[in-house]
Amino acid sequence: MAIESDVLVVGGGLAGLTSALAAAREGAHVRLVTYKQSSLRQASGLVDLLGYVGSEAVVDPYEAMADLHEEHPYRLVGTQTVRDGMALFDDTVAGYYGDHTDTNALLPTHGGTVKPTARYPEGAAAGVATDDRRTLLVGFESLTDFDAPLAASHLDAAGAPFDVDGVSISFPGDLRADAKVTRYAKLLDQDSEVAVEGRRVGARTALADRIKGHLDGHERVGFPAVLGDDHARAVRAALEDDLGAAVFEVPMGPPSLPGLRLEDRLFEALDEAGASFEAGNPVVDYEGEERIEHVVVDRKGAQVPYSADQYVLATGGLVSKGVESDRSGVREPVFDCHVPHPENRYDWFEDGVFDDHSFARFGVDVGPDLRPRDGSGSVEFDNLRAAGATLGGYDFAAEKSGSGVSIATGYAAGRQAVEDLT
Amino acid sequence: MSDSADTPTDEQFEPTEPNTGEDFEPVQVFPDDGTMDLRPGADSCTKCSTCDTNCPVAEVDDSFPGPKFQGPEQWRLKQSDDSEEFAIDDTITECSNCMRCDDACPSSVPLSQMHNEARGEYVDDQMSKLSVKYWRNRILANYRTSAWFASKVPRLANVAMNFGPARWLMEKTLGVTSEREFPEFATQTFREWWADRGGASVSRERAREARERMGEARDADKKIAYFHGCYSNYNTPEVAKALVSTFEHFGYEIVVPEQRCSGTPMFANGMLDDARRGAEVNISSFADLVDQGYDAIASCTSCSMALRQEYPELFDIDGVEDVAEHTFEAVEYLRIHEDLSGELSEASVDFPNLAYHAPCHARNQGLERQAVELFRDLDGVDIEDVGDSCSGISGTYGWKSEKYEKSMAIGEEMFDHMESAEPETGLTECPTCSMQMEHGSGYEIRHPLEVIDAALAD
Repeated sequence: MAIESDVLVVGGGLAGLTSALAAAREGAHVRLVTYKQSSLRQASGLVDLLGYVGSEAVVDPYEAMADLHEEHPYRLVGTQTVRDGMALFDDTVAGYYGDHTDTNALLPTHGGTVKPTARYPEGAAAGVATDDRRTLLVGFESLTDFDAPLAASHLDAAGAPFDVDGVSISFPGDLRADAKVTRYAKLLDQDSEVAVEGRRVGARTALADRIKGHLDGHERVGFPAVLGDDHARAVRAALEDDLGAAVFEVPMGPPSLPGLRLEDRLFEALDEAGASFEAGNPVVDYEGEERIEHVVVDRKGAQVPYSADQYVLATGGLVSKGVESDRSGVREPVFDCHVPHPENRYDWFEDGVFDDHSFARFGVDVGPDLRPRDGSGSVEFDNLRAAGATLGGYDFAAEKSGSGVSIATGYAAGRQAVEDLT
Repeated sequence: MSDSADTPTDEQFEPTEPNTGEDFEPVQVFPDDGTMDLRPGADSCTKCSTCDTNCPVAEVDDSFPGPKFQGPEQWRLKQSDDSEEFAIDDTITECSNCMRCDDACPSSVPLSQMHNEARGEYVDDQMSKLSVKYWRNRILANYRTSAWFASKVPRLANVAMNFGPARWLMEKTLGVTSEREFPEFATQTFREWWADRGGASVSRERAREARERMGEARDADKKIAYFHGCYSNYNTPEVAKALVSTFEHFGYEIVVPEQRCSGTPMFANGMLDDARRGAEVNISSFADLVDQGYDAIASCTSCSMALRQEYPELFDIDGVEDVAEHTFEAVEYLRIHEDLSGELSEASVDFPNLAYHAPCHARNQGLERQAVELFRDLDGVDIEDVGDSCSGISGTYGWKSEKYEKSMAIGEEMFDHMESAEPETGLTECPTCSMQMEHGSGYEIRHPLEVIDAALAD
């Protein structure tokens, strides 16, 4: 017999988690299976809705959605659904800011640029670029992903409305040159003692002590986002106390603590909603013609059937391998859903790095019901919906729309799956 | 410099156009000689460092470079002919073989396989066979041998192994920490009990009775070969007995074939020859049974992990793939083939509430949630997950004097969560996680099969 549920979600990123949560909150028995750990670990922890349309920075994402082409996922599900999805996110994830307004916030990045985003973790809140307080960015010599003086100069050159300086310090304690982000976080989380000039001092105090000499009237201090994992709030509070200045984290590239924290919150919420989930084994196949009868999960070589009434495909795009390509073409590997793409692979990209590449929009083709369609426009399976980066027709990197599309389409797919339960 | 005829010009080379003209001859760069070449795995690494953020050792140990270095990067370095300059970094012995990095890697780099092979090479080529550490590790890794002796005189062994002066001596001479209590040896091993009970023929009879009760065909093809491993044979036969009665309850007839240690402690200590000797026995005895339609079932998640993943990764033995594909963890198997959750949701049990820890090796088989999801609908017991941290003991790792502190630092998060959780009895599938849970909390630790057995019996 198969492992059963009402709704089976394939994929554990933001889209999969949101659709599982949306369906579970409607009372369905939901199971989420993900091959690898959530892609949220690679995410900055910022939740973007729509940052750019073309080369224009967006002020109000909801307004700007009207300017997107008709087949864009936001247009397919409609602005109200986007709002409902964001409401589910706000209701689920405590400790996020930005829901007081429709307009984008501007956050500094670890490269020293300013990024429009819709929601940001509380740890990043004191760093918003529209705040004119004097800012000190602090980098750690052993954490090369964040060069604080460089980021400060970039912000300055970009015309940020505040004075900003950057300094690199050596993190207290004898950390390796390639210490992992989790090492910094763990030391600060547990306030473990580190050796400073022959004395043993708690890591939080030792860190604050190293910065005091550079503080020089700066009212807020930005760190790379490694300030704790389970106890991030306490770490920031201790540093603020010691420094007498506001403390914020600058979102970083992968692997990312804010992404990890968000992943933890969402899985906790899924657990509280009574859903089942498991990670580590891939969905490799399916049975069924017009409806999917069951999918096949490969458990270390054993083929185990998982059956459900409704299925959601949220395996991600080209980066997450939810869409695959080789010289002969582009495909969706689990259900072999149609992925529109030019026949000649030299038409998949343009010459310039930042040109408008067509590969950036590769993904399955869906209508407003989010059901993947074949080359002739007919629905592939009655009980399959797709969400997130598996969908084609939008360029999340250029638009800064990745999280928002995942939340909106994940929400819509999860809700519609429950409505269709037989 | 002037343009000459042999300088490539834009006309000759156009990077965005096909340049595989008639002159193009593909060349096989790497020999395809059938050996396990890990180059594709090393090439798949995109340096995203997700593995590093999953490593429980790198989180607490400033000498440990992490799985990305120990895996794909070290693999590349050791391809060098200059074995002096590029000897295997001795921090490979700090890796605890929790295998979390495998599951973490979005590009499916075979990290633990790289670690196991590097550690094996390190022990073979760079570790003195005359050193105390080598023999300490070898004794720890060959737990089955010590346990076999102890099982002959279990009462004496239980006293001797926790006798203060003896433990002091073991710490001083061998480097086995005296901080830990040795697990108790059972006065009757599982195999002795099994033989006393009548072995496979009694099991067949019981399975047939159960099938009749359930309305299934008396001769239904439901049979399993039990891989009990060392611990449930010598130390916790109650777990093995719970497995027997649970599977017989669902109409499965059981055989208990000849078997050795799964190899888990040997992989972790780089003793691949010892592991291989055990694997040859295990594969030979289980491959025949798989051929006859049996599935291999383990109650220890590290044993099932070894048979499913490490054997095919490390050993080219006839039948190794067949056994791997037919090996399951016990509860997993019942969830796949029987309506276990249905039956449990209608049952009730008299059992203490449980603080559950998912072993890393269960995690890597996708089993980290099954106990919680099964027992949350079971009347009479509450279950609370104590989080996703590693227990830190990792088999023999936490038994080594020089690693004891580190093992406890890794476990601290789990101890904190156990402390703040309401239940005061622990639950886990892994024997050494259970030692660590007991050591850090003082709780009694049970196995999910014991809960299921009690629920079905009630």
